[in-house]
Amino acid sequence: MSKKSLALLFFLGLAILAVGLVLPNWMSYLLTIAMGKGLVVLGLVLLMRAGLVSFGQGLYYCVGAYVAGMLTQFAEVTDVLLILLASIGVSVAIAAIIGLLLCRYREIFFAMFSMAFSMILYGLLVRNQVLGSTDGFNVANPSLLGWAPGPEAASDLVLAVAVFLVFSLGILAWRYLKSLSGYAGEAVRENEIRLEYLGGSVFKIVYVKYIIAAGLAAIGGTVTALVSGHVDPEMAYWTTSGEFVFIALMGGTAHVAAPIIAAVLFEALRTYAFAVAPYTWQMILGFALLAIILFMPSGLWSLVERFQTKKARKTT
Amino acid sequence: MKHSLLTAATVACAMTTGGLSLSAHAADDYKLGLVTFLSGAASGPFGIPAKNAADLVIDAINDGTLPAPIQGKGIDGRMITPVYVDEAGGATKQTSEFRNLVERDGVDAVVGYISSGDCLAIPAVAEELKMLTVLFDCGTPRVFEEADYKYVFRTHSTASMDNIAAARYINDNVPDLQSVAGINQNYSWGHDSWRDFTETLKVLRDGDIEITTEQFPKLFAGQYGAEISALQVNSADVIHTSFWGGDTDAFVLQAAARGLLADNQVIFTAGETALNSLGEHLPDGAIIGARGPFGPFAPESELNTWFQTEFTERFGTPPTFPAYHMAHALIGLKLAQDKAGVGASTEDVISSFEGLEFEGPGGKVEMSRGKGHQAATEMVYGRLKRVDGEITFTDITRYPADCVNPPEGTETVKWIQAGMPGAECD
Repeated sequence: MSKKSLALLFFLGLAILAVGLVLPNWMSYLLTIAMGKGLVVLGLVLLMRAGLVSFGQGLYYCVGAYVAGMLTQFAEVTDVLLILLASIGVSVAIAAIIGLLLCRYREIFFAMFSMAFSMILYGLLVRNQVLGSTDGFNVANPSLLGWAPGPEAASDLVLAVAVFLVFSLGILAWRYLKSLSGYAGEAVRENEIRLEYLGGSVFKIVYVKYIIAAGLAAIGGTVTALVSGHVDPEMAYWTTSGEFVFIALMGGTAHVAAPIIAAVLFEALRTYAFAVAPYTWQMILGFALLAIILFMPSGLWSLVERFQTKKARKTT
Repeated sequence: MKHSLLTAATVACAMTTGGLSLSAHAADDYKLGLVTFLSGAASGPFGIPAKNAADLVIDAINDGTLPAPIQGKGIDGRMITPVYVDEAGGATKQTSEFRNLVERDGVDAVVGYISSGDCLAIPAVAEELKMLTVLFDCGTPRVFEEADYKYVFRTHSTASMDNIAAARYINDNVPDLQSVAGINQNYSWGHDSWRDFTETLKVLRDGDIEITTEQFPKLFAGQYGAEISALQVNSADVIHTSFWGGDTDAFVLQAAARGLLADNQVIFTAGETALNSLGEHLPDGAIIGARGPFGPFAPESELNTWFQTEFTERFGTPPTFPAYHMAHALIGLKLAQDKAGVGASTEDVISSFEGLEFEGPGGKVEMSRGKGHQAATEMVYGRLKRVDGEITFTDITRYPADCVNPPEGTETVKWIQAGMPGAECD
């Protein structure tokens, strides 16, 4: 990535942060939630590029959220940085163990197994009275390096953290995809045997991707928990994971920006569907997904690609 | 003469300006956010009856046709315009929709929430946004036990009351009671209900009670074959269940077919919503609760008669407890707002809401817990008895609010385990 585009991204980040602070609260809240979910979907997209669809990202999303909740509520640790480190640590540890088993499977078996693990967590949380069972519990307001912003500015702090994370992790993910190991993902999808023949370890490639995706999902969960102030086991339920797949399909897998943009669009679409049709908002979401699958099989990002090819054709 | 003309002119002027200001005031409306399940499994037995009750009561408030002692058109003279929101989607989604209601739609107050998870998530946001919020149906006692809220109210008792009263009822009304069994949904509501019920029984009987089996099937499982077998093998004098909605229906149909209901007494702590849909299948002698003095247990009053007849006429089915809960929330809000006066600030409304006592269609509501933000009401149980095919109730027992609600500032479980000190039951 050139210095020029890095600087451009840096200013874009600052601009989004500034806009987020100026926007009415409900919009910046929506934007923060969308960025949290966008990070989860980014991890999912990494897996999808290797041909693996995980229906269980809710597991790490929920782990991240619960770690944040438990630290603020029971251990009185409210520092965002510590919370993020802890959720990444816990989720990566879990992913390192589960991944050993999961990364042997492909296609529907991978999808179903990953879903099974998130449903196990759901079951455990539902049975757990200390953590509030299905009702969940509240998450205290975060602080940053000793600065406690109080209830009103806490969401601004989370917004700033989310913008920073989205841009820095987005750049890292972009670099990763341009690296050898990143490209190997597509090779796994296309032809595993040939990749092994060339000397690459398919297992290792998938395993690393799985762990990265878990870390990203945990960060997304932490952001969501901190901004919404509440966690419940619903976060590990399969419909939550389904929502991430929905967003991934909406955005497409061609670029790291796609899942983030799709997450913002998805949240906007859903909240307006809620407002326009309180009884039938699910139908609007259904039709939107149907339209995207029918007319843009590789997601919204294909619009950008179409535009780029047109432009390229014109200049030649 | 000249003088009187001047007076007349002044009076006329004053009247016009007064009238003008009144009509100008009436012109801006009272925007009310209403959140209840409009889709999903809880919408049929809870969300829709509550929404129907909201429609009915809001129309009556706007027309000024609510029976005495509730007076006045609108809420402090303003007409209520409801903004409905579906409660589906979980707590994160609901906090986001709550923000939308407050900041995008600019509502004056929010009445809502059936799910206890939502009721735990919303108050913190309500405090942050300084929005007057009335929780209308959720049962978890944790809301006001875990924290204090300034802007949040709840106009009905918690689920603890249902189960403490249930334990008292069977202890008083079931002769030779020796054992109980439970079948409750495997989520917070089910576990909490069962815990409060058994803990109370243990206290009432000095531990002299046998629990033969406790079953926790999945929420909305629909099939209870295995659980019914377990209940039959481990037969008990009384079976406790906090099932609601479709689960009650399915359980009763399957249990009746297997003969479980003939051999055991069943107490349904939230069974009242099923009376209309499945009254014919419920056996005589079943003990039914309505989460308060609601539905068939509502005390006689002009307000209740009005509510029952109007609701039945408009929606073709009598109001169940979620409808009563909604009516109480709206009436409480109106009374608090009226008491604070025209043009009162939210803070004024809050101080007139705190500790408010009022009569709703379901009897007396005292905002006497949670520093004046949480209501305590009486609780009623009765045994179902069919007379010429009509459902009636016998052995109706009413427990005063202070008998079955923990006193101010105590945690339910601790209060029960301490032997329920200070409970006044006469």
